[in-house]
Amino acid sequence: MNETTTPPAPLAAAASGTLYRRHALAVRLMHWINVVALTVLLMSGLQIFNAHPALYWGKSSYTGRPPVLLIGARESGESGMAGFTRIFGREFDTTGVLGLSRHDGEVYAQAFPAWIALPAHQWLSMARSWHFFFAWVFVINGLCYVAYSFWSRHLARDLLPTRTDLASIGASIRDHLRFRHPTGEAATRYNVLQKLAYLVVIFVLLPLIVLMGLAMSPRVDALFAGWVDIVGGRQSARTIHFVAAWLVVAFVAIHVFEVIVTGLWNNLRSMITGRYRVPEEKSHG
Amino acid sequence: MDDARAPSRRRFFLRAGGAAAALALAGCQKLSQSEWFPRVLVLGERLSAAAGALVPRKALAQEFSEADLSPSFRSNGTARPQTAAYDALLEGRFADYRLVVDGLVTTPQRLSLAELRALESRTQITRHDCVEGWSAIGKWKGVRLATLLEAARPAPSARYAVFHCADPMGYDGEDPYYESIDMDDAWHPQTILAYELNDKPLPVPNGAPLRLRVERQLGYKHAKYVMRIELVERFDHIHGGNGGYWEDQGYQWYAGI
Repeated sequence: MNETTTPPAPLAAAASGTLYRRHALAVRLMHWINVVALTVLLMSGLQIFNAHPALYWGKSSYTGRPPVLLIGARESGESGMAGFTRIFGREFDTTGVLGLSRHDGEVYAQAFPAWIALPAHQWLSMARSWHFFFAWVFVINGLCYVAYSFWSRHLARDLLPTRTDLASIGASIRDHLRFRHPTGEAATRYNVLQKLAYLVVIFVLLPLIVLMGLAMSPRVDALFAGWVDIVGGRQSARTIHFVAAWLVVAFVAIHVFEVIVTGLWNNLRSMITGRYRVPEEKSHG
Repeated sequence: MDDARAPSRRRFFLRAGGAAAALALAGCQKLSQSEWFPRVLVLGERLSAAAGALVPRKALAQEFSEADLSPSFRSNGTARPQTAAYDALLEGRFADYRLVVDGLVTTPQRLSLAELRALESRTQITRHDCVEGWSAIGKWKGVRLATLLEAARPAPSARYAVFHCADPMGYDGEDPYYESIDMDDAWHPQTILAYELNDKPLPVPNGAPLRLRVERQLGYKHAKYVMRIELVERFDHIHGGNGGYWEDQGYQWYAGI
């Protein structure tokens, strides 16, 4: 729905086929800042990971137990080098993707390949510079978004599921699986799965990543000595930071998929110009 | 309404999007190598340092129990300084070693290892966090830097303690390792010059005879093979001017994150 300080769109705007203002300028702006920040954070984060491509559970990396995840490259028969990924002791040949990959015709032994890392090749100090600059962009943007969502009632009006929403979760799951999307007036609101997904990402997943990032800071650890043990220690926090980052990637994949199947251009326009065309009612069957 | 124009516009948006992504990737590479952009990125470090200053100056780093000790404490960077001077010190089992404390101090100090060991000691089991991402837990025994500063009495103008080390770095072995910390960290009760690791004399790969422990910072701040502590007002005239060997290679001076 319209969430600017301008008067809400008239009810007639919900009629099928008409254009109405779906996203406020502030939401559109913060959405795209977030896209840039999260992209840089993921790519620079993977390059930071490349400096020590292993994950552990516990307070330190050297506990006598093997890492839970290890990515590397090693000599391999007559073919030369091979990339491998070991998860919970189970090893997979991941040559070409993880551990060993090709870029501009050359073979590199680096955990995550050049095309997904920033900078492309091993350069830890630069990756950290990118990561921490955009971490601040992300955090400040995120705080602005949360403050705006409370203040403008975007949160209460558009994101919090209603009682009716919650009662229709089962129906919503069935609709999603059949790629049946709401039309007419119903299409002007987020559906219940969408609302829950946004709430979990905004208020659980993203804050968790920030918190686990802070848990890796030796200075922040000293704030209350031992608080990092809540999640099992600093190396556990690093593992959670990594896994949660990929959960965000999974969310983005589903989000972009839904954007495409529910009308790429309509959705894209609504997130750029703010204007959304209410989908025409269709008769099914 | 504008359906006739839509397909070409869509194709344009798709192409523009693809081109923008490719350009952005190439652009990021260029930006990393530019003169000006890293100076913008440094703002992130400044903010992190400002936020780090919100942690109380005397807040203690977590200390651990013997059960948490890493089976063997990993050595990173220099495993043994390759100089004749260090070889000679090692040969004499560091009997000729003297730690110098000078610069902006009232009473410069010159202390042998035996004299350092005779001073009041502190033992702490702490976690070492490497900038690469790994952590190891070790038990350190040494003398508090504060004890040495009380004897040397820094001038009010002293703002940093610079640690000059015995290990040459770089491909040519020309640049010596050095590090610097501010006075908050210098006076911090857990900031010690360690001569023992896990109840044994500090091994050569871990910085014998003396290394810095500055527990609320990343590993590269913990200078090994410390020969001289110089109190300074500023460090822009020392070596690369960024306050440390790794800082001169582009790493952050504030290593609290």
